[in-house]
Amino acid sequence: MFKWKTDEFSWVDFTIDVLRVLIVLGVVIGAWNTLSSGRISLAQWVNLFAAGLSQGSIYALIALGYTLVYGILLMINFAHGEVFMAGAFTTVFFAEALNRTGFLNEQPLLSILLMIIFAGLVSMTVAILLERVAYRPLRGSPRLVPLITAIGASFFLQYTFRGLYGSGFKAYPQVKMLQGVISVGGINIPIVQIFVFCSALVLMLGLYWLVERTRIGKAMRAVSENKEVARLMGIDIDWVIMFTFGVGGFLAGSAGVINGMFRPQGVNFFMGFIPGIKAFTAAVLGGIGNIPGAMLGGLFLGVIEAIGPNLVLAGLGIPGANQLKDVIAFTMLVLVLIFRPQGILGERLAEKKA
Amino acid sequence: MKRLFLVLTVLCMLLGLSVPALADSHCMDELGCVEVAPDDPIVIASILAMSGPASFYGADTLGGIELAILGRDGMLLGRDIELVEEDSYCAAEGGQAAAQRVAADESIAGVIGTTCSGAAQGAMPIISEAGMLMISSSNTSPSLTNDNADEGGTYYPGYFRTAHNDLFQGAMGAKFAVEVLMAGAVATVHDGDPYTEGLAVVMANEFAGLNGEVVFQGAVSKGDTDMSAILTEIAASGPDLVYLPVFTPESEFLVSQAANTPGLENVRMMTADGSFNADFAPNIGQAAAGVLMTGPHVSGDAYQEFLALWAEEQPGGTDSPPSGFHAHAYDGTNLLLDAIEAVAEEMDDGVLIIGRQALRDAMAAVEDYAGLTGTLTCQEAPLYMGDCATGTALAVFELGEAQVNEGAWPPPIVWDLSMAAADDM
Repeated sequence: MFKWKTDEFSWVDFTIDVLRVLIVLGVVIGAWNTLSSGRISLAQWVNLFAAGLSQGSIYALIALGYTLVYGILLMINFAHGEVFMAGAFTTVFFAEALNRTGFLNEQPLLSILLMIIFAGLVSMTVAILLERVAYRPLRGSPRLVPLITAIGASFFLQYTFRGLYGSGFKAYPQVKMLQGVISVGGINIPIVQIFVFCSALVLMLGLYWLVERTRIGKAMRAVSENKEVARLMGIDIDWVIMFTFGVGGFLAGSAGVINGMFRPQGVNFFMGFIPGIKAFTAAVLGGIGNIPGAMLGGLFLGVIEAIGPNLVLAGLGIPGANQLKDVIAFTMLVLVLIFRPQGILGERLAEKKA
Repeated sequence: MKRLFLVLTVLCMLLGLSVPALADSHCMDELGCVEVAPDDPIVIASILAMSGPASFYGADTLGGIELAILGRDGMLLGRDIELVEEDSYCAAEGGQAAAQRVAADESIAGVIGTTCSGAAQGAMPIISEAGMLMISSSNTSPSLTNDNADEGGTYYPGYFRTAHNDLFQGAMGAKFAVEVLMAGAVATVHDGDPYTEGLAVVMANEFAGLNGEVVFQGAVSKGDTDMSAILTEIAASGPDLVYLPVFTPESEFLVSQAANTPGLENVRMMTADGSFNADFAPNIGQAAAGVLMTGPHVSGDAYQEFLALWAEEQPGGTDSPPSGFHAHAYDGTNLLLDAIEAVAEEMDDGVLIIGRQALRDAMAAVEDYAGLTGTLTCQEAPLYMGDCATGTALAVFELGEAQVNEGAWPPPIVWDLSMAAADDM
């Protein structure tokens, strides 16, 4: 800290340090004002925290897709939000069918599992096609080229799905088993939030196992470390890259269903945009290219978004604090880029890739 | 070479002299005229939200326009009617860009649009400057028809609407809250859009004017899915009624998550026409039962015939209109076509002349027009410049089990202005 004191004086370092102090002061004063006013009870804080954690685990699942692809190709797949949308939007029809036959509420867990697999496969297909059609032909071109292509692909996917399913809003049917709350010491936690957190955790552990313990996972790590050497070792690079897109897609699709259980409404062709950007923020927050970092970044972002406006902004007397939720999220992004560009857990990549 | 130049110069001068002379002979209108050559179609334009999350409102309106044109077999004064479609994305900059393209096309006689009040604020200065007129079937923001700039009015000559002004809708919500619900404290939520913000402010002011207390005025952002933070804050302010005139899906998230927010489980919710569609209740599920809505109330045999025609023609590929302003669009298009019919003059050479000021005057003179949305009279009071809807085609609806479980639409009416009048007596 306070680099300008020891090193040669520089206005940039000085400004950054002043900024650092102001931010800490702002957070402390805002939080103190809010907490001392007692406007929001402890139970409400816990509820906000739990909702933030659930939202965060959905961000984390999507963020993993960004991080996996970045880890291997060093490109930001900005169409990843649309991969999420593809699974979520398609599965809404499957879910409606399950609900109509009554199967959804007879066998809720099995239905949700089926939905997750279905959505995962849809998103996986979209992600693999995206890689094959839009990104592979451009491999080796300057880094801006696939980035712009990704933005184009994002629009293409949005309006393809609008053409397929229309422009109206759909909603997931509500699963009776997930309604209601669990009371712990006078604090009510909705069951659905526990379900969201647990199922996201299971998927993340599954991914960790896949990357760390299996042969294909080892190949993924090898390609991420050095493509040329991996090729010399006999690893089929194209296949590994395709597999990585597939895994990222599967996670995004399952996040679509989990999101549909948590926030059933608002399913339409545009629904991937904001979660996509938020998940990208989460991935950068945790350290892009780093798998545990994406998980942590997602959870962190979800909680900050849920608690930040009421705790800090409202305490500072800022009007319309809740509308500034996104401001908090993206301010976090800017702050991370200023103070810790490598993210919370740092980028564990070979030096030359950074 | 020199001679060629001379000949060309003379030709140019002749042409330059003859053009105004030609125009003078036909057009006497102070804003200029649309001239339609003998075999050309009569062109009107639409500026609607055709892409982006609000695109189903655009599809709804476009269906109304298409059916109105179809109702005349696509012909007016013995010519084809051509519709030019522009996209405004439900945003000011989209409205501005679309309006620039429309204004550049001198063959366009009039515009139906925009979908969103925000887009109208971008479009209207340009449309008005070009001497055109625009009729909106879904802009409800009060500022658009208020010509007092000190009060935030943004009226431009040439703007008309068949949608109701939110001054009617907000007042109705407040009156219902105080007189029927006996609510003493209200919380309002908007999403930053001029329409939702305007409506929330109108409702809060009217509510305060009826001796109610406004305990919370807040906003969400478009695209938010997690409403727990604002709902917690609303719960802490202790309202009897939460008024949330925001668009779907934000309104759906708010209502559905309020049911799980401690302190809001039993608080009534009221939303407005931005959420007025058949999917709202089924999308939310059980929590939607008991939600109140203010919105357009269109009924009658003519409207039923319109719906039957929609089911038959399926504009945009849907069996039924996706939202609540198709009838307003149908009326608006018919008013525009009627006005063109009334002011167009056919010259001896077969050219059709449509005066732009005459067209605006014809619209402003509309009185007791029997449309699908009720009786329309275009008004001129400073607050209602160009408002053709008189606020009678509005009602308070209450969602019940039939809406949640069977998707029955529209929901039953619990209150309308005739009941308000009865209460006052």
